[in-house]
Amino acid sequence: MVDVLAETTTGTSAPVAAAPRRGPGLTPYLFLAPYALLFVTFTLAPAAYGLWISLHDWDYLLPGKPFVGLDNYQALFSSTSPVFDFFWQSMQATGIFTVFSVPLLVVVPLGIALILNRSFKGRTVFRAVYFAPYVLGVAVIGVLWRFLLDPNLGAVNALLGAIGLPDSTAWTTGLPWAWVSLVGVTVWWTLGFNAVIYIAGLQDIPRELYDAAKVDGAGRWAEFRHVTLPGLRPVLLFVVINTILASSNMFGQAYLITQGAPGVETRTAIMYIAEEGLRSYRMGSAAAMSYLLTLALLLISMVTFRLFRTKD
Amino acid sequence: MGRVRGIAWYTMLSGLSLVFIAPVVWMLITSFKTPDEATRVPPTLLPQSPTTGAYDTIFSGGSQTPVLRWFLNSMLAATGQALLVLAVASMAAYALARMEFRGKRAIFALIIATMFVPSFVLIIPNFLMVDRLGWLDSLWALIVPGAASAFGVFFLRQFFQSLPRELEEAAVLEGANSWQIFTKVILPLSKPALATLAVIAFLTNWNDFIWPVYVLFSPGNFTLPPGLAILQGAYTINYPVIMAGAAIASIPVLILFVIAQRYIIEGVSRSGLKG
Repeated sequence: MVDVLAETTTGTSAPVAAAPRRGPGLTPYLFLAPYALLFVTFTLAPAAYGLWISLHDWDYLLPGKPFVGLDNYQALFSSTSPVFDFFWQSMQATGIFTVFSVPLLVVVPLGIALILNRSFKGRTVFRAVYFAPYVLGVAVIGVLWRFLLDPNLGAVNALLGAIGLPDSTAWTTGLPWAWVSLVGVTVWWTLGFNAVIYIAGLQDIPRELYDAAKVDGAGRWAEFRHVTLPGLRPVLLFVVINTILASSNMFGQAYLITQGAPGVETRTAIMYIAEEGLRSYRMGSAAAMSYLLTLALLLISMVTFRLFRTKD
Repeated sequence: MGRVRGIAWYTMLSGLSLVFIAPVVWMLITSFKTPDEATRVPPTLLPQSPTTGAYDTIFSGGSQTPVLRWFLNSMLAATGQALLVLAVASMAAYALARMEFRGKRAIFALIIATMFVPSFVLIIPNFLMVDRLGWLDSLWALIVPGAASAFGVFFLRQFFQSLPRELEEAAVLEGANSWQIFTKVILPLSKPALATLAVIAFLTNWNDFIWPVYVLFSPGNFTLPPGLAILQGAYTINYPVIMAGAAIASIPVLILFVIAQRYIIEGVSRSGLKG
């Protein structure tokens, strides 16, 4: 891992060792061509195409798709438009989910990583076990937890009842319980993913720094505060931004576990955008929503980036 | 570690393990219960009369819930995409790691920048792209667009750059051309990285949910994730059947995880370095 990091920092500035004898000519472009074709068709062009769509009254089922300028964007800010309430309701749902899940998914996996980073027998087995839910995918964990959280038949309420706690909580249909469920399931599902990234980051912190801290008589906490945290900073930044992006992308959990219940309170922005664009086929409006959400995420990412840079 | 502390340590770690394992075990146990027993309150711990009834039900599910077909579709889509990713990403990554050409930095920066584009922005325009290509409601829609992901190129470029140049230089002296160097020197040296990428690409595709939910329409063309959603809708509280479906969707990835754990965890670890 250290090698890879070193490689990224030196690789770009290193002089080119094996200069080609003939000019490179077309060869590099030929190697790039197949990927470039896919990249342009399914990433670059769609990103621009989506922007174009958002400027039209683009109904998939109608032949005419009139240009409407910024109308689709304006509608999202005008309280009399039919999409206003639903859109902001869904943005609020995504916001609530992100605000509660991101701190947990940043802190809890770090704790797990610190535990698993110590040397003891069987640590790779425990690491694999904690990571395992992640490989199952959202559809499996969605239907599984829909069952476990079933208010009447689910194992969660049965277990709570067995130890004398309330046993009829409406985990999938009541508030705030639906949020507790969605956040809890997501933490359970993706905790191992972030933990593995942290472990790689911890292993990149030079041992000498810990030895030096010991010589200086630093305790466990001081060591964590002055060696571990600063050493993890780039990884921490990645985990925070990646987790914010993943949380704002939340779809499957709510689609399968709460289905937006109780009403549309847990219908996330992505669920609403997908319904509006790919079920009701109002693609112009849906595309505008997706760009607005992207803009919001961009701002949040930039603020996060700033915070990490100035926090010295 | 002292003996007592050691015991406390392993008790804590095992207790935590239970939190991750128990739900999956419960899924398997329930899939062998009768619908009646699965709705009993409080639930029975082990099936009292274990039955494969749930599996029989979904395998004879007919045209509305052809689980076997979904399984096959998932396998085809995930394998197809993994192979496509390996082919296109390795070639592009080789050019970006080892060749000099105009626009190289800009091209690489552009590819990396798209790693931060949220995927939902591309869903609607890509739906229209796939529609134009005539791929809606077909496996092509699940195999090809996802292969444009930047991760493979980024990941393999890093790996290729870490390879020593001596072997390539020797091959050049022997008169090998770029394609020969790529296929005879670089690729054989990169087997672990290629395996990692293949496994990650397979898993990502196998587990993808939102895209197949919206681009596939006929039950016969579904993969397992959207299939599970209709299974949940069709069997509501017949949980043994739903859990049997979930088990069928889980077993291949769990086996893959046990076999290729090292590669998966390696791939995930590396993804953190892109930040």
